[in-house]
This record gives sequence, structure tokens and C-alpha cells, in this order.
Amino acid sequence: MTFYGKGLLQGLAVTLRNLTRRSVTAHYPDVEPDLPPRSRGVIALQEENCTSCMLCARECPSWCITINSHKEVIPATTEGGRDRSQNVLDQFDIDYSICMYCSICIEVCPFDALHWSPEFAYAEGDLKDLTHDMNRLRTWMDTVPAPQALDPGAEQGKELDAYRASLPEQADGAEGG
Amino acid sequence: MGELIDAVLRCLVVLGAFLTLPLLVGQMEHKAMAHMQSRVGPMAAGGFHGWAQLVADGVKFVQKESITPVAADRRVFELAPAVALVPYLVALLAIPLGPFFGQGNLIGQDLDLGLFFALAAMSVGVLGTLMGGLGSGNKYSYIGGMRVAAQLMSYELPMVLAAASIAMAAGTLSLIGIADAWEPWWLLAQLPGLVVFFVAGLAELQRPPFDAPLADAELVMGPLTEYGGMRFAMFLLAEYAGIVVLAGLTTVLFLGGWAGPWSDQLGWVWTLLKIVVVSFLVIWARVAYPRLREDQVNALAWKVLVPLALAQVLITTLVVVW
Repeated sequence: MTFYGKGLLQGLAVTLRNLTRRSVTAHYPDVEPDLPPRSRGVIALQEENCTSCMLCARECPSWCITINSHKEVIPATTEGGRDRSQNVLDQFDIDYSICMYCSICIEVCPFDALHWSPEFAYAEGDLKDLTHDMNRLRTWMDTVPAPQALDPGAEQGKELDAYRASLPEQADGAEGG
Repeated sequence: MGELIDAVLRCLVVLGAFLTLPLLVGQMEHKAMAHMQSRVGPMAAGGFHGWAQLVADGVKFVQKESITPVAADRRVFELAPAVALVPYLVALLAIPLGPFFGQGNLIGQDLDLGLFFALAAMSVGVLGTLMGGLGSGNKYSYIGGMRVAAQLMSYELPMVLAAASIAMAAGTLSLIGIADAWEPWWLLAQLPGLVVFFVAGLAELQRPPFDAPLADAELVMGPLTEYGGMRFAMFLLAEYAGIVVLAGLTTVLFLGGWAGPWSDQLGWVWTLLKIVVVSFLVIWARVAYPRLREDQVNALAWKVLVPLALAQVLITTLVVVW
């Protein structure tokens, strides 16, 4: 049905309906936001996993990762064995004033040393303070949520399957993971 | 001596109403408009749902520097906010609030020509914006000022015609007389007049959807572009005081003023309640409707409102003559 002035009445109706409904405003500083899983807040560093392979620093489109490392020799544990060498991080900085949260560093890391944490409130008064060093990146690890559970029917991952297969026969009881 | 005290007391009460009612309307606009847009509006100032937001705004305005542009016509520029604000105070003086606990009518000053006086004061208020537009020495302000002038010319006629219709029906120009003579069936008989008066009043106050003179998307802020600090605050206050005056006049003329149950005792409550409802309509219109283009503004006045108002006058004439 159409009549003259219908649009005018509809305009009033829409606004009045909104008036009676709850507003959609997020009361952020008072109420913490309910963030979806995998939110890209800040990048956390699991230092022990890092081999200083520099993949993340090279792939970073905005060149915001700085890595310095040195080699340490681990003496052979057995007589006549070969000494092993290992890269140890001296510096691992992410400059969040340049970072564009593309997640490429995290995807490219072969040893799961980098993780997303949903923490987002790390604004600073000085631009320089936005460069987080190794220690600060390490503290973000505490806020990294556990990975989401896989779908019940999904393949649980080759490593896990291999591990389960290697267990003695009582394995039926242990589930999920 | 008693007369003097009486006069001073009336002035103080009117001044008090003038300083609080516009703020209440402003706060209502903040909150009602926000919720109509699914927001919450101010929440922080004052603690409880941002009740002190306008007070905080006022404090901010006072702190700001008072700037007069070099190109401005200094005297006109500085006088304009006062010209915009004071007439509404004067108009408020003549609007009756109705019986106050059997104490007779609560009114600043009962005038035989009350309606004429209030309408005249209201149109002077618009001149303040016009002065601001022409005196700012700014092209946007100038164009805005021209639009204010065009709008004033267009909408004064239907507004006065609608008011004339109700004055004819009541047989008096006194606002108290009109409200006393009001009868419920007038709501129907004077409905076109009510609509014309309300819409023309909106246009005269340059409230959305008739804010083509301000039109921040095309004219920055129209006549108010160069204003800041206290002078801008006075223009803002004038806008809300204008809403109160328009709502008061609409209430007294077309909605029966204090007519309602127990009106000998609570008449003033009824009047205030109706004023709030009409103010809410003003705010509602702002949220619901987009701004009219300048040619649409004038077309609405001359092609719709003036004929409607004339028809209303004709109807009233026939009713009165019978």
C-alpha cells in the first residue's frame, strides 16, 4: 500500500523502534571487549623455539623485525662425538609503529616461535616505546590462548597420530587433545 | 513595593526557566537522538548517564579564546549572538504556564497582544543568525545568511496565518485567553494549522530537516562558521531556547495549554509535559529526516504550507461565522 507521506511515517517508525531497543555501543574501557579467537592483538615470542633463521625478518613486508644472534657451541656429550652448535638470540625486536599485523611472520615461522595474542592495549606516549624487545615479547606469551580444538571428526594431526600409535595398547582411553 | 518584588520575582523565575529548560531539551536531544541511532550518547560526564554533559560543554566554551576575524564587521559580529538569544528570553516572558496550585496563572507578563508579541520576538531571534551571516566576512557565512533570510521570508507567512486562525477561533490575541477558550475538538478542526505552525516553527529555528542555512556538509556551519567559545555557546543556547519557545507556543495555541485533569492545581505540570512532548517531536524530526535542499525548503513553504494555512483560515472563518 502506498500513500502520500508514507516515507515520512516510516522514518519516524524506524527511529522510534531503535529508541525502544538496546543500543549496540561497546562500553570499552568499562567492559572488556569479547574478542573472537585468533584476534591479532600483539605478537608474542617463544624464545626457546627460535633458531634465528631470519625467515620472519625477511618476509616482513614492513621490515619491522630486527634479529641479532650468535652461535654457541654445545660440547659433545659422548666421547669422540661431534660438537653441536646452536643459534642464540641476542636481540629480537618488533617495531609496532611499523607493523601492519599481516601475520606473515607468524605463518612463515617453521618452529612456532611466534604467536598471536589478543592483547591490544599497549599504546605508548613515545613512538620509540612501541618497539618491543625480546623480553617484552616474551611476556606476551602468557596471554596467548590455547589453540582452538579441532573438529571432532577431523584428523588430529600426523605427529599426534604417530605418538598415539607408539603408545602401548591401553591407548583407547586417552582422547582428544 | 509589593509590585516591584512581584515583578523581580517573575523575571527571576522566567530567567531560571530560560537557563534550565533549554539545557534539559539539549540533554534530551543528546540521549534520545543517540538511542534512536542505536548509540548511548554521553555516559561519562557527571557519572550517571552523562547528565552533566552540557555543563561540561559550557565550561569548555568559557575557556575558549574569543576570536573576531579581521574581515568581519566587528560590531555586527559581536552583537549577533545576543540578538539571537535575548528575543527568546523576551518571548518566554509572555508564555503562560497555567494554574499553579490554585494560585492563578503562572506567567511572566500577561499581555493583551501576547500572541503578536511572542511571534514578533521569535522572528527577531532569527535576525541574530542573519547578522552573524552577513557580519562574519566569510563566503560560507554569507551564503548561509542569505538562506536564513530566504527561509525567514518564506516561513513567517504560514506561521502567522496558522496563528491567526487559532486567534480567530478563540477571538482573542491573549495567550491565556486562547488557551482558556481551547476545546478538545479544535485538535481536529485546527489540525492543519497545528502542522503548519509546527513545521514553519522548525524552519524558523533552522532545525533539521530545515537546516539548509547551516548545512555543515556544504556551508561548513553557515552563519556560525566564524564563531567559537562563548559566542558559539550563545548561538547553541538560542537554538534550544527557540525549541522551548516554539514548543511552548504550540502547546498554548494548539494543544490547550494546561487543559487536562485537575488543571486548577496541576495546570503548570500539564503545560510543561506538553512542552516536553513537542520538544521531543522536534528532536525526532531531526533524527528521522534528511536535510531539505534549498529549493525544496522554499517550495514546501510556498506550495504546501501557505495554501494549507489559507485553507485553515478559511475553515476557521466558516466555523466562527456560524
